[in-house]
Amino acid sequence: MATANKQVVCNVLMELAKEDKDIVVLCSDSRGSGSMTPFADELPGQFIEVGIAEQSLVSMAAGLANAGKKPMAVSPASFLSTRSMEQVKVDCAYSHMNVKLLGISGGVSYGALGMTHHSTTDIATIGSIPGMRVYFPSDRFQTEKLTRALMADTEPAYIRVGRNAVEDVYEEGKVPFEMDKATVIREGRDIAIIACGELVWHAMKAAEALAEKGIEATVIDMYCVKPLDREAVLKAAQTGTIITVEEHVAIGGLGSMVAQVTAAEAPCRVVNLCLPDSPVVTGNSKQVFAHYGLDAAGIEKTALELLK
Amino acid sequence: MTITELERKACDIRADVVTLIHKAGCGHIGGDMSEVEALVALYYKHLNCSPENESDPDRDRFVLSKGHSVETLYCILADRGYFDKAELMDTYSAYGSRFIGHPNNKIPGIEMNSGSLGHGLSVAVGMAKAGKMDGRPYRVYAVLGDGELAEGSVWEGVMAGGHFKLDNLTAFVDRNRLQISGSTEDVMAQDEQERRWAAFGWNVVSIPGNDIAAVDAAISLAKETKGKPTVIILNTTKGKGVSFMENLAVWHHKVMNDEQYETAMAELAERKAGL
Repeated sequence: MATANKQVVCNVLMELAKEDKDIVVLCSDSRGSGSMTPFADELPGQFIEVGIAEQSLVSMAAGLANAGKKPMAVSPASFLSTRSMEQVKVDCAYSHMNVKLLGISGGVSYGALGMTHHSTTDIATIGSIPGMRVYFPSDRFQTEKLTRALMADTEPAYIRVGRNAVEDVYEEGKVPFEMDKATVIREGRDIAIIACGELVWHAMKAAEALAEKGIEATVIDMYCVKPLDREAVLKAAQTGTIITVEEHVAIGGLGSMVAQVTAAEAPCRVVNLCLPDSPVVTGNSKQVFAHYGLDAAGIEKTALELLK
Repeated sequence: MTITELERKACDIRADVVTLIHKAGCGHIGGDMSEVEALVALYYKHLNCSPENESDPDRDRFVLSKGHSVETLYCILADRGYFDKAELMDTYSAYGSRFIGHPNNKIPGIEMNSGSLGHGLSVAVGMAKAGKMDGRPYRVYAVLGDGELAEGSVWEGVMAGGHFKLDNLTAFVDRNRLQISGSTEDVMAQDEQERRWAAFGWNVVSIPGNDIAAVDAAISLAKETKGKPTVIILNTTKGKGVSFMENLAVWHHKVMNDEQYETAMAELAERKAGL
């Protein structure tokens, strides 16, 4: 199985931090779950444990940034995107501090642990803060490119990754990546699927299945949820039908952001596949995705119904 | 500056604050007045901060966690030459002004934005931790309100400051015993702060907070204290320096009429003349 995206972030940070002593990782008793133990062990002078205190995790990161550090604050996405939200707003975004926030075990990664541990509102909460950026990388190769790009810039950002290793969307050495530009995985004229995070792989598989039935779908990896790649949305709108797929609730998520662009600039049908406005069904990620029609089979089914 | 010079400066700053708020028609005057001695002692004697070293990595850091008391900070920064005092006086809180009712780091001399209570101490902990990591000589100061201490996030910062033994960090609590709804002891009891901070591993100094000699001595003591951060509990008077404001919760953010303004200015002038 491939490497988990969070492990990739750790690997990149370790490599960069050995050359740049200002790179600092902060954890809230989350070094194990965040795959940051190797960083903590190898670079203890650049690792800060704050305990189970997600508010001061983010405030401290902002203070470190004020002093010239390049902090990455690592905590489960569920807590980082809600408990720490005001610290993200005031200390990072409003104060314009170079803090990178890594939301680990995002979405429904924690499965049966329930709604306390699910982060299904983080695009809405973090993304609505002026000055915050939101990234949902799809696989390990893109995660690596994104992490390098983010650590080289000086603006605050939130990155959400899942708990477990996921299937590769790209191939080693063949990873198209331009910062803040969505990656067009395939182009088709019949329908467009815009997805982010782990669901990009499912969108890709759905498109492959549709192709076997003679339906050509455009697939867009919108890892840059905010700033949303408007041009990519307009390209998708040319097919006349867009399906958005996200491990997030409907309100304030990828689908709503895409629909805002299409409604204003290129009216077309936009159908949002997402999580419900209620606690999700008990199950692992695969089961939850299948339950709500977010997996490859569900996306394919929706596409076929729309094109009837 | 000598103690007497600092006392005179405190009178001048109070007069500026009263004028600024009277002119703008808004401001949190009660907490502005209680914190004056702490900010004057810092900015005119202890802080290694000036308009010339604003981007020096070794500058001292100041965080006003009780951000609503920004008027005192603005008046001091203007007096220290960070920006034009006339611009402050003419535009504070006006349409399109860069001088808003809480600290904003687009203003020269201000490190961090604040206004929502309970953030500043943890931010200051991060600054102090960075200084320790790099062996830099700077010191970090944060001023908190006593009503603010009800915010749980304050205590995450207290815990971390003690845990990391940040002796380059000094917190102040403006213990004026009043908040917007009345006495802190009625709203949410805050007494025995000394024991609370000490339990988290802090060096605790409790002083008459409107006595600038005592404030000066406490800051000096904090600088000499090794192995733990220091908190200076400033036992202050809300509205200090203007007789009709002192110890009245209503002056948390009440605005003076013209007659009250004249009375306040006369009292402050008299106080200065007596020094």
